[in-house]
Amino acid sequence: MWELIRVNKRNSVILLAAMGSVLLLLGFTLGYLFGGAPQAGWFGMLIAAGIWLFMMLISLSSGDQILLSSAKAVPVTADVHPMLFNVVEEMTLAANLPKTPKVYIINDPAPNAFAAGRSPDSASIAVTAGLLGKLNRDELQGVVAHEMSHIIHRDILFVTLAGVMLGSIVLISEIFLRSMFYSSLGSRRRYSSRSSNEGLAQIVMIVVAVLFAILAPIFAQLLYFALSRKREYLADAGGARLTRYPEGLASALEKIAGSTVTMETANKVTAPMYIANPFRGPKAMHLYGTHPPIEERIRILRNMSHGAGYINYEKSYEEVTKRSPVVPASALKEEEVAIRQGAAPSKPEQTTRQQARQVGDLMRTVSAFAFLACGGCGLKMKIPPNYKGAAVSCPRCGQKSTLPQ
Amino acid sequence: MAIGAGLIGMLVVLGILVLLALFVVGIYNALVRLRNQVDNAWSQIDVQLKRRHDLIPNLVETARGYMQHERGTFEAITEARSRAMGAHNVAEASKAEGALTEALSKFMLVVENYPDLKANQNFLSLQETLTSTENKIAFARQGYNDQVLFYNNKIQMFPSNIVAGMFNFAKRDYFEIQNEAERSVPKVSF
Repeated sequence: MWELIRVNKRNSVILLAAMGSVLLLLGFTLGYLFGGAPQAGWFGMLIAAGIWLFMMLISLSSGDQILLSSAKAVPVTADVHPMLFNVVEEMTLAANLPKTPKVYIINDPAPNAFAAGRSPDSASIAVTAGLLGKLNRDELQGVVAHEMSHIIHRDILFVTLAGVMLGSIVLISEIFLRSMFYSSLGSRRRYSSRSSNEGLAQIVMIVVAVLFAILAPIFAQLLYFALSRKREYLADAGGARLTRYPEGLASALEKIAGSTVTMETANKVTAPMYIANPFRGPKAMHLYGTHPPIEERIRILRNMSHGAGYINYEKSYEEVTKRSPVVPASALKEEEVAIRQGAAPSKPEQTTRQQARQVGDLMRTVSAFAFLACGGCGLKMKIPPNYKGAAVSCPRCGQKSTLPQ
Repeated sequence: MAIGAGLIGMLVVLGILVLLALFVVGIYNALVRLRNQVDNAWSQIDVQLKRRHDLIPNLVETARGYMQHERGTFEAITEARSRAMGAHNVAEASKAEGALTEALSKFMLVVENYPDLKANQNFLSLQETLTSTENKIAFARQGYNDQVLFYNNKIQMFPSNIVAGMFNFAKRDYFEIQNEAERSVPKVSF
């Protein structure tokens, strides 16, 4: 485990350095192009470094809050969903974390989850209302254990930092491409008095810069996604190990894969944080690289027949994918870990409508709706938090009920 | 010249000694941190066992009205609880806690025959709390054993084993499950 964290930390530093140098090179090229001299290039580099540092500081101090609020995650108390809180506490014990992560619910019917934070002491776990509606206890435990592994492996810090850096590279290139488009309208007259040789150099520089501005974000994204794929496998391995029950996570992933709803609250930069690709349909193809194919992840977990340790996951991974090892060799030294039996009853058979109603109720609880049973006919009324009156009349039987304060 | 060379030699030796001391301090601190984590994981098991003791009277009270004919089940639980709370040493406690786990899982199986009870909202939330407490006991144990594995590995591996030997860091024992009944799901015949 310690070795696994170290390998992960080293990879994070390598990736961050690579992303940083892409940003610096981009700054240099742009500065050279606009200033026309190497000195201006250095100046551009300095500006890029400043932006990089600024974004780093912001993301370190409040990156998790930015991610959580951009995902529209709401902090909740234990009475909103006791089972979720219990499962998070159970996994905190299994993982020997110093502090129970803060729990957030995202009001989105698509089943998904993610973890954020700087360190295990200040971590948060967010799950969607759709996930809570679909999964039974063992499956929810599998998903929470997967997120807990992201926390233990320090993936949360990496994702926050890399996400912010990717965001800034995309931003700078965008600004540059736009300004190129507008400045090209007036540039011809400016350079006409110079020699043709200098004009040619200018054109070459522009072509190189445009190419670079287009390639940089793609390159950065590729790097980011390549590593985040591997992280998902490792978090699956860690999740299976924490619960000692790979089938729980496998069956949860199956249910998540079966969902056809796109998450409204996810975007391009936050997509790699989620346990499964939040996009469906044509949008999903665009971001194909963020997550390993979910069917493959399920097959690997189901193939772990001899134990729930890292070494068992590694064996299963190699059998299923026929690829080179995914778990760092140093993490494989531990002894094998036995699988336990699943205990939770499967979720009672529900119609889609019942399930939708449950998810809707949960989402209203999260948004601070009040619930009141009508005294006349027993109809469950949902009262929005901004309702001002002291009494409501039942829409079915018309009897008035006073609101409890 | 001779004084200069001697001074340099002394400085080099001093430098090596300082580096060595820093190295030992670093390993020592890591070992202390690991040992504290093991102690903390152990206390978590205790916390969860106490939670279970507190939960049982409430559970029995809620279920009693629905299950008039299960006097024996309730008596077994109550007796196992008081024995577990009165245990004086670790061996006694782990035996009594094992018996309590067994009595509770028998009770949960019997509950399946009482649909009215299973529909009771109060009981449902108690059932979730009980399930979670049972899980927490199991996961706290698992977490303790994982922590002991890291700690034992650390004090046996080079070079930290030298520091561990110097300051008497003792190997810790795993929390083994005591009785056979806990290893498997109990079979109840009616």
